[in-house]
Amino acid sequence: MSDNPFSLWVYLSQSPLLWLTVTLLTYAAADAVSLATRRHPLANPVLHAMWIIGAFLLLTGTSYTTYFAGAQFVHFLLGPATVALAVPLYENRKRVAAAILPMLIALAAGSVTAIVSVVLLAQAFGLPRSLILAMAPKSVTAGVAMGISQSLHADPSLTAVAVILTGIMGAIIVTPLMNLTGITDYRARGFAVGIAAHGIGTARAFQVDEVAGVFAGIAMSLNALVTSLLVPLAVTFLVH
Amino acid sequence: MIASLSLILLCQLIGEVTVRALAVPVPGPVVGLLLLLLLLLARDQFPSLARGPLANDGVEGASRGLLANLSLLFVPAGVGVVQKLDLLAEHGVAILAILAVSVIVTLLVTVATFVAASSLLSRADEEP
Repeated sequence: MSDNPFSLWVYLSQSPLLWLTVTLLTYAAADAVSLATRRHPLANPVLHAMWIIGAFLLLTGTSYTTYFAGAQFVHFLLGPATVALAVPLYENRKRVAAAILPMLIALAAGSVTAIVSVVLLAQAFGLPRSLILAMAPKSVTAGVAMGISQSLHADPSLTAVAVILTGIMGAIIVTPLMNLTGITDYRARGFAVGIAAHGIGTARAFQVDEVAGVFAGIAMSLNALVTSLLVPLAVTFLVH
Repeated sequence: MIASLSLILLCQLIGEVTVRALAVPVPGPVVGLLLLLLLLLARDQFPSLARGPLANDGVEGASRGLLANLSLLFVPAGVGVVQKLDLLAEHGVAILAILAVSVIVTLLVTVATFVAASSLLSRADEEP
């Protein structure tokens, strides 16, 4: 090690330990800042952790594959976290059962809007077909959206980026936008952000209000079901 | 703790197996969610189920722990943006504008539909 100061870096930069630590440390710092600003929407911890780690990878010339070898342990937990949504759902079952009809109607309207709006806008901007297909499932959670994208022969890693960007924008916009509309029904506010901005929106909703978080979680799970059925349909009818 | 995490993973595993076996276009973890929900509801009916991870806030505690850090789990996929910088340089402004407009429209449509449906339905309930 003392012979060559770079040999330690060469060893560490290839090990999952370094990149897992970098992911957790950066997020912990970004989350601390978010907490210090009393959860200001622009202090979104995902957004800031993302660009800081991204810049670090570019500066050190580390490939995403090497990074992901460490970060995959965090990424993996997306699945179990989806299962875990059963618990807040169970604990608020009476409130959820009472709102089942408005939820299903809002789900249909929101899910269709999320897909159709992005496809039509992308066509209006004249984006290439491959890009439109990859962006179509952007409102559902990363794992599901990547699956949909794969079945359309689009680029799943591009879909993941569209999904995360959508989630961050939704999480930043939702509170000011909803305050502007004057709607104070936290069930409706949570449900909307769960449909539009999946898990990142749900995480934001839990920060604002527990009921909003529960409804966001339900919306995100229901939307995962509906969108997997709707995107292939929408693509058939809208993308030429 | 370990038993609770195992139960969550087991629900997901059964979900993935079911989805693959039946070839339905539903994500495995969503089936796992339904499974865990059914287990928790069944526990209310059959108190004998309240043991191991289903007792003493076991699976509930583990789930709350996972959900409290939900945003962290999106960071690795988000960093994937470094692979797409050339594409963003070419179409970045259009992509950001499209996603932003789509998110705002979706939020407004969903929240308005929810509020309208819920007030219509509660009015229908009040009328005899």
